[in-house]
This record gives sequence, structure tokens and C-alpha cells, in this order.
Amino acid sequence: MPTKPESVTGNDTVIDVRDLSVHFGLRGSTLARLFGRDAGTVKAVDGVDLALRRGEVVGLVGESGSGKSTLGRALLGLVPITSGNVVFEGRDVGRMGRRELREVRSDIAMVFQDPNAALNPAMTVEVAVGDALRVQGVTSETERRERVVDALERVGLSPVELFLAKYPRDLSGGQKQRVVMARAIINSPTVLVADEPISMLDMSVRAKILQLMLDLKRDLDLSYVYITHDLASAKFFCDRIAIMYLGRIVEIGDTEEIFAHPRHPYTRALLKAIPDPDPARSVPRDLPRGEIPDAASPPLGCAFHPRCPVATATCGWESRDLRSLLEEHWTRRDAETYERERALVGDLDHLDTPATTARIGSGPPDQVRALLERIRAENPDEPLWQGVSEITEDGSGVVVRFHEGEDPDLRPAGGAEVACVLYGDDQG
Amino acid sequence: MELVDEVSGNRQPEPVISARDVRVWYGTTRGAIRAVDGVSFDLMPGETLGLVGESGCGKSTLGRGLMGLLPTGAKRDGEVVFKGRDVFSMSAKEAYALRGHELGMIFQEPLTRLNPLMRISEHFEETIRQHEPRLPRAEVQQRAFEVLRVMGIPPTRYRSYPHEFSGGMRQRLMIALALVLRPAFVVADEPTTALDVLVEAQIVGILNDLRRTFDTSLLLITHNVGIVAEACDRVAVMYAGRIVEQGAVADVLGNPQHPYTRELLRSTISLSTTGLEFIPGSPPDLVDPPAGCRFHPRCPDAMQVCAVKDPVDVERPGGGRVECWLRGPEDLVPEGGTRPLKQEELTVADEA
Repeated sequence: MPTKPESVTGNDTVIDVRDLSVHFGLRGSTLARLFGRDAGTVKAVDGVDLALRRGEVVGLVGESGSGKSTLGRALLGLVPITSGNVVFEGRDVGRMGRRELREVRSDIAMVFQDPNAALNPAMTVEVAVGDALRVQGVTSETERRERVVDALERVGLSPVELFLAKYPRDLSGGQKQRVVMARAIINSPTVLVADEPISMLDMSVRAKILQLMLDLKRDLDLSYVYITHDLASAKFFCDRIAIMYLGRIVEIGDTEEIFAHPRHPYTRALLKAIPDPDPARSVPRDLPRGEIPDAASPPLGCAFHPRCPVATATCGWESRDLRSLLEEHWTRRDAETYERERALVGDLDHLDTPATTARIGSGPPDQVRALLERIRAENPDEPLWQGVSEITEDGSGVVVRFHEGEDPDLRPAGGAEVACVLYGDDQG
Repeated sequence: MELVDEVSGNRQPEPVISARDVRVWYGTTRGAIRAVDGVSFDLMPGETLGLVGESGCGKSTLGRGLMGLLPTGAKRDGEVVFKGRDVFSMSAKEAYALRGHELGMIFQEPLTRLNPLMRISEHFEETIRQHEPRLPRAEVQQRAFEVLRVMGIPPTRYRSYPHEFSGGMRQRLMIALALVLRPAFVVADEPTTALDVLVEAQIVGILNDLRRTFDTSLLLITHNVGIVAEACDRVAVMYAGRIVEQGAVADVLGNPQHPYTRELLRSTISLSTTGLEFIPGSPPDLVDPPAGCRFHPRCPDAMQVCAVKDPVDVERPGGGRVECWLRGPEDLVPEGGTRPLKQEELTVADEA
């Protein structure tokens, strides 16, 4: 059985991403637009540096909303670049015109997640795969057919005659993904950006498609950007892995290093969350709470701090975290206690505006303070409390002040680079 | 693991649900698709049974069949005894009364199952009043709060609309709605497939706790063997409309007796994967499945008997059932039947 290919050494960079940002403007309401009010932006990709070397497989791993797909699309100029550069063979993809982009897309090809959506149901396999040639200006039908046959053979769809006239509906999921692969390689690209190429497929088919990708890489001398949420397949498939969270790379390094010494708390959490078919391993209990936050209004400081089990005082604690704390507390209280405490705390919605000072309460300040102290006593290890610098009584409530947060940059740590206050230049 | 031992022990408690020779066929112009073709299993009180298999193996059809939620054109047969009554022979009205109240269902896509125009409170009111029309609103809220609390949804969100929740929260809501009437049996069809990795792990944790918090029996349908390992007591492996192996999770996944179970586990990519393994070929067409064992054309261990005679369901060495001629019964194998089967070369045309 094939084993993992040897890592490629050398520094032959194919694609160089420098400080790339892709921001999307939100539309907002009609009224807001009329008055020119800004509805905010979503920083889908926010200052990312990444180099893809020749013959390498780089994995972009993260949950939905982490920006991994947007980053992948930016490599082909499929999304408008806000700032920074994507340099392919010395040219900046972000500054290319339509004609140049079309040329680049024969060198950098893309495979999408859902083979059902990627294939036109009205096109036969021959037309669908040949269409990529037509777009690139191959007008001779004989040449097109020859190259289609060649591509289909390469992706294992043989005897080819059986498949040429078939429609997507006649094919299984795995076969469809092979057709998508054939279309991607037909213009002899040097780079393939594969966005979740196996996650829609059945377990027993996934290995087949990954094997196909390894074969194609060897035969066609390809480099891959492999986008996935699945750390297990990334571990097998990638030479290097970038873990993404809310538009940023939070940890990047050689696959072996990332798995042997995961450093960022988010990487650790992802590793713990993979369900293991080995029944001897038990369910991990200490998973991070919550979900990926709203990208239009990311947390202050480190974007992962609200979910981080090891967050420190300077990770960016703020008013919204206080709201989550209270709400979480109420999931452990009976209805009566909830009603009473809720009345004491009063309005919560104003906490949704991020701030390092939060005012709560609509009752005797000492009672509000006592409530907070009770919540703290229940779980003194809750990281939020480290972030509180002081609680002062004020009128009919209290004011909670948090320490100013820090938004960590990627810094070298051991054999990888990590964006976390726990890791500095001098720590391993 | 104690749960399993208790259940398979001598003091057999009554199963909550007992399915015998269940068949569900869909009519098509090409003939009947035998999506579920003779499936039997028991589910004990508070037990979680994982139903695992690849797409098209009939696992979702079986789940819906049990709930009586099949599309028109589907025909079902066999017996499903729930609390002493056969669900399959009930009138539509009786079955309707049973659903929600006694039988619950959790679907894959929570957003498509929640009404975007209704507040969460209204969802609970509708669900509960369907079965207890006269329950006062305060009582409804009380019950809803209770189950929401277990799901980790703060009561402050009770009057919110579905779109105000994240994907994981919506799935928690769906589970809460399915459990608020305290059904004895719940079918969860791929409840975590649409979710992110960390949220999936949170929901698996919740499902894992259900048997303790609600004493509900759960049929957990999934394609993910890892989830079965983490959340289930027993597992049933389905292939081409039949359960080919079932038993305690540790037994079946740790020591698979059916070649399909073994190959499925081998081809699953996990953190310990160092080489890619896969099952040759693809699952059969269920309009005209292969004779004998349905897995025989792809089975690396196939014998001559496997291509001609339907396998017989026998007891697994570690408890549970398996249907594979490799495991017997030997006296039913015809003369020379154990000689290896010469497999026709699988062309890539059959390859998935």
C-alpha cells in the first residue's frame, strides 16, 4: 500500500501570499444605505502570509467561517482582494485583467466540495471536461476529444467510452468527483486548489479519491492547496498545515510538528474533537464552548478567547463575554431563580456592543455584585475572571472593567509559528 | 460498558422497540428498490444503538420507516413492536398520536425543520399542545426551560427566532423539541453531519448524555464510525439493505466478524492512518442485488457458497449477530462451498 510521500525540501515558491486581506462589505438595511451608514465588513481573510512550494501539499484547516475557502478562491482571483498580494510566477493575481486571469486559471485549477453542484446536469462528461479546454481557446474538436480521453484515463474512468456520453445523474459520487478532477487537470495546471474534495463522499470512497490525488500529484508534478475541516485526512495528506480561525492563520508548521506538538489552544481543541473509531478512547469532556463568532463583529483581542480554556487576563475580555457568562449561568438555574436574577441584572442587549467596560444591573448594587461573586465562586477557574480588573458599584448596578486585550501575531514557537499570547519568541 | 452487560444479561428487560424482518421497498419504473430488506433488531430502555453504513445502504429509510414517515410509493412490511403494539399495523391516526409523544425524530438540517416565522417559544407551545391541548402557557414554558437547560440553551433566548441561533444551537433546539414530550424512543438521522467539528463533538456529548438525563432509547443513524464509537452502546452495520453485523460497540469495532465491517473500518481515514485502504467496487443496485451475500462481489474473503446461497444470521463470538458464511453454520454450506470464489476482475467502471 502506498505510504505518505516524502516531504519536499528546497525553497522553490510557486504561490506567495503576502499580507492578504479579503473583506466583504455588508449590505445592511435600505435606510442605512440611504443615509450612507456603514453596515460593517466581514474580514473573511485578514492579513494572511502563506507560501506554497513546488511539489508541496499545504493544508488549510479550520471550521466554516474560518476563511479557508475564501483564501483558496483568492489564489485564483475568484474573490476581490482588499489588500496584499497573491504572487504566482512573479505576477500579482490581484492586479490581473480578465484575459490574464483566464490564463492563470489554466495553471491554477480548483476542485470544489460538492461534485453534484460542480457539474452541469445538462452536460455530458465529454462536454463538461472539454469545456475547460474550450474556455482556454482549444477550438479543434479532435484535439479536445483526445485530451478529454487522456484526462479521463488519468483519473481512472476507463474504459473511457463508457463515460464520455454519460450525464452526472448516471454517475456515483466518487465517479463525479473523478470527472471534476479530470476537468481540473485537463489544462495541465501546476497547482490544484482542492476545497473539501472528499467531505461529501462516503467513507470508503474518500480513500480512493485521496489516492487519486496522490497519483495525479506524482504523475503531473502538481502542488496542492488542500482545504478541509478534517484534521485526520490533512494529517495523512499534507506536508504543511495552516490552522485558520476567523480569517487568520493561528498556527502553521510541518504536519509532523503540528500533530506531535500542537500549540495553539484551537489546534488542540480540533485534535480533541475528532471522533475516533477506536472504542477504547473515551469522549473528550473539556471541549471549548460556543461556536465560531460573528465575523462581522469579531471578539476583541484574540478571536478565540471566548472559547479558549487557557485564556489569560490580556486575551481581550469584554462586555459580550459577560453576557455569555450570565446566560451560561442561567442554564444551570431553575426557572424561579432565573426570573429573580434576570430582574436584578436587567437589560443585556447593550452588552452586545463590544467594550472593555460593562455596566449591568437594575437593582441594589450590592446584590448585583453578590450575584457576580456567587457565579465566580461556582467556577473560580473560569478564565473570564482573570480578565476583570475591577468591579465597582454604580447607581443601580455595577461596572465591570476588563484588562485591555492583546491581539497576538504569528510568532515562531518551537518548530512552528503560533498566534497566541502563551507563545513568544523565546518560548517553545 | 455496564449498560450493555446489564441489557444482555439474564434478567432480560422488555425491549422498547423490537423490529422483526422489516422491509421497505420503493416502487420505480425499473422495478422495486429493496432499500431495507429483512432487518431485525431490539432496542432496550435507555440504550443507544448506532446504525452505520454508507449512502444508499438503507439506514435513513429504515429510520423513517420506523416512524411511519415514508413517502408515497413506498411499501413496508414486517413487524415493529413498540410497547407491545405493532406500529406497522396501526391506523394512520393512531400512528400520528404516537409520533412526537412516544416516538421522536431528530433530523440532519435543523434550519429546514424550524419555522422561520415562529419564535422558539411558539415551537414549544405547538409541540406540547399538539398532545396536551389544555396545558397552561406557564406550564409549557416550565417544561421547555427544563429541557433547554439540559441542552445548554439559556432561557434568555426563549423568545428568539430560529435565525438568531447558530447552527449548533439550532440542532440543540431540535433535540430539545424532540425530547420535551419525553418520548421513549428517538430516531436521530445524521444529527451532526451539517455541523462543524467542534460543535459536532459538543452534540455527540449531548447525545451521549441522553440516556442518563432522559432515559430515552436512541437509534443514531450515521455514516461516521467514530461517532458510533463515542456515543453508542451497540452498533448495527448496514450494507445494501441488510444489517450484516450487530453487537456491542467495543466488540464489533474492536473485533469485526463481517468482512464488510472490517473493510469499512480499514478504509476510514483517522489520525492513525498511515496508508490508504479501500473496498474495491461500489455498493450494488438494490433493484437487482447480487445473489447470495450482497457483499460477495467486493469481499476479499468470498467463498463459492457466498455467491449462491443467502448467508444465515448466526451468533457472534463476542455476543450479537453476524450474517456471513465465514462464521457458519458449517452444516448448511454445500460440499466444496468453502473454496475461495474466483472474483471477476472489477473494472474501474464499477468503481465508485
